[in-house]
Amino acid sequence: MKGITINSARLGAAVAAALVLAGPVAAADDTITLGSAISITGKYSQEGKNASDGYNLTVKMINQRGGIKINGKAYKLVIKYYDDESTPARTAQLLERLISQDGIKYMLGPYASGPTKAAAPVVEKYKIPMVEAEGASRSLFTQGYRYLFAALSTSEQYLAPAIHLAAELAQKEGKKPSDLKIAMAFENDPFSQDIRAGVEEDAKKLGMKIVVDDKLPRDLSDMSATLTKVKALRPDIIFVSGHTKGAATATRQMQEMGVNAPMVAMTHCESANLTGKFAGAAEGILCPTQWAETLKYKDDLYGSAMEFNTLFKKTYPEYNIVPYQAAQGAAAVEIWADAFRRAQSFDSEKLRDALAATDMETFYGHIKFGPAGNNIAKPMVLRQIQGGKYVVVAPSKYAADPVVFPRKPTN
Amino acid sequence: MAGAVVFMWENLQILIAAPVFNVQLILNGLTVGAIFALAGYGLALVWGVTNVKNLAQGDLVMMGGYVAYEFGKHGLNPMLALIPAAALMFAFGWLAYRLVIRRVIQLDLFTSLLATFGMAIVIQQALNLVFGPDVRTARSGLGEIKMFDGMVEITQIRLIAFALCILLAAGMVLFMKKSRMGQAIRATAQDARAARVLGVNTDRVYALTYSLNAAICGAAGVLIAMIWVIQPFYGIAYSVRAFVIVTAAGLGNLAAVVMTALGLGVIEQYSGFVLGAQFQQATIVGLLLAILIWRQIALMRHRKALQ
Repeated sequence: MKGITINSARLGAAVAAALVLAGPVAAADDTITLGSAISITGKYSQEGKNASDGYNLTVKMINQRGGIKINGKAYKLVIKYYDDESTPARTAQLLERLISQDGIKYMLGPYASGPTKAAAPVVEKYKIPMVEAEGASRSLFTQGYRYLFAALSTSEQYLAPAIHLAAELAQKEGKKPSDLKIAMAFENDPFSQDIRAGVEEDAKKLGMKIVVDDKLPRDLSDMSATLTKVKALRPDIIFVSGHTKGAATATRQMQEMGVNAPMVAMTHCESANLTGKFAGAAEGILCPTQWAETLKYKDDLYGSAMEFNTLFKKTYPEYNIVPYQAAQGAAAVEIWADAFRRAQSFDSEKLRDALAATDMETFYGHIKFGPAGNNIAKPMVLRQIQGGKYVVVAPSKYAADPVVFPRKPTN
Repeated sequence: MAGAVVFMWENLQILIAAPVFNVQLILNGLTVGAIFALAGYGLALVWGVTNVKNLAQGDLVMMGGYVAYEFGKHGLNPMLALIPAAALMFAFGWLAYRLVIRRVIQLDLFTSLLATFGMAIVIQQALNLVFGPDVRTARSGLGEIKMFDGMVEITQIRLIAFALCILLAAGMVLFMKKSRMGQAIRATAQDARAARVLGVNTDRVYALTYSLNAAICGAAGVLIAMIWVIQPFYGIAYSVRAFVIVTAAGLGNLAAVVMTALGLGVIEQYSGFVLGAQFQQATIVGLLLAILIWRQIALMRHRKALQ
């Protein structure tokens, strides 16, 4: 009983404080307030900061340029944040608070798929549109949500571009894509299996043959049985995805066992620090990313991707490299601004329709939503580790450098 | 489902058409098994002598791994961490015995299970706080050995692990048979009360047994950090394997523990090759089940024969 009393007293105080704080924000009539419950503390605190720094930079840029004009009047953007402590349950609670207590009608997403999954039903219930940029799980877009829009590419697209790159390269060599053999090793968790589904779907479309299709157990980091099979079957492409452990184990054991293929693609290259820990062995591996600063994308607000990169680093000197979470966060606010300009209204239903009709070029890539709310216009970008550096090689239209093919690891 | 069967059939055909891959699988299996054997016979020792089923086995292994990681981080060869890791873990084992194990030895099975499970959680979270949740590795700097025109490759570190496993096992057998302490340990394992009556300091025997186990786990961890990867929460895989090995092999026989571990390693490799990596663990656990059932039947026949 005692615990409950203390908790409710604390909650009461927090609610009172929130109301006091929210009061002036809601009352100001020359601002548009976006809301977001994002990870400021907890395990996603760094990524949460990356994302919100991206949000804040676009807000600052738009306000510097006089804000958003709606029916002849200029409005400044403001974001109201809460800390979801990196826990999805808290995200859902805080979204309820943002909507029903603070009266926020325009939402920005939290960080990561888990919290976004918790947030989506809440905004759906209140019919409040949310633009998210940090939740990539395919399952977010199979629920029929009407008010959820995502700027980033979804998980099933993570490695699929490598299939198309391989097909392109095969055709250049005068081979048919359907002659290509594929080996896949994906961890047995929903995220990695999403990625696998995307690869399988595209491989089947092109008639490629899958010769190894192993699901890696979560708790053991030995891939030697799978790799022996790969060695025996000599596939043209090897796909691996199993978080940091998968990337580290595959890279190390492929070198140890002398296993190679003309093309090797895997996720989590950076978090596994492949270029640092496995310098020679990681050479030539393809790694997907949502965004890279060397891409030839541009928009009016920031200019090119590289100009965004420079500005972001200047504004937040604590970053050595600009994380892609920041870039997509910045793009999400641009999407909102664009929707306001086109809708010329504050009505959330009209804004939802404007969001659904989004078709714009940004420094982060093209944004156009499919019926499920996911961005169907921006491909995943593939980078290749070349000389210990990540170099964008696909899609070839936006790539800075050619792909090294077939892959040759160095020792 | 039909596709999976086709895969299996094709994989089997590879092994028949190109027997050289059998060599790779067996070599990998033996070296994988050797690592599990280390965790296994530590567990057999503690289980046999103190009757404590140590659920923190794999977490002791991880602790040893982080010693190797620290060595590598400071520019030292992680191979050098073998002895310091074993010594450090011996000391940790002694401490853990004094603080926890000693108090639960006389109590029932559930208390000791809960206590060691609790220890496992504390170790995992402590490692997580100190080293963070990232996956870590250490590089031995040793190369690979190529055979059959490079068709078979095995890392030297794996061979070292294998040799070490056999050496440690032989040393342990000698220690148990020849030394006074070994005799005291065996006496305690047979009948603790009788041993006490005959002047054996069983409390010291228990402490030594648990510390010895921790030291062996520490050494195994050092090898694992160099062969695979370590992470604060990956200990459970080694705990599970150690339990499977000891359950299948029985407590008394060190040689049987080693043989079982090596056998399981090889079977695991074959299962991964033919059925796919997702079936490796299922094969092991399924096999354990089969062994237990078979034993039960054998026991029943034995009883009938006695009647």
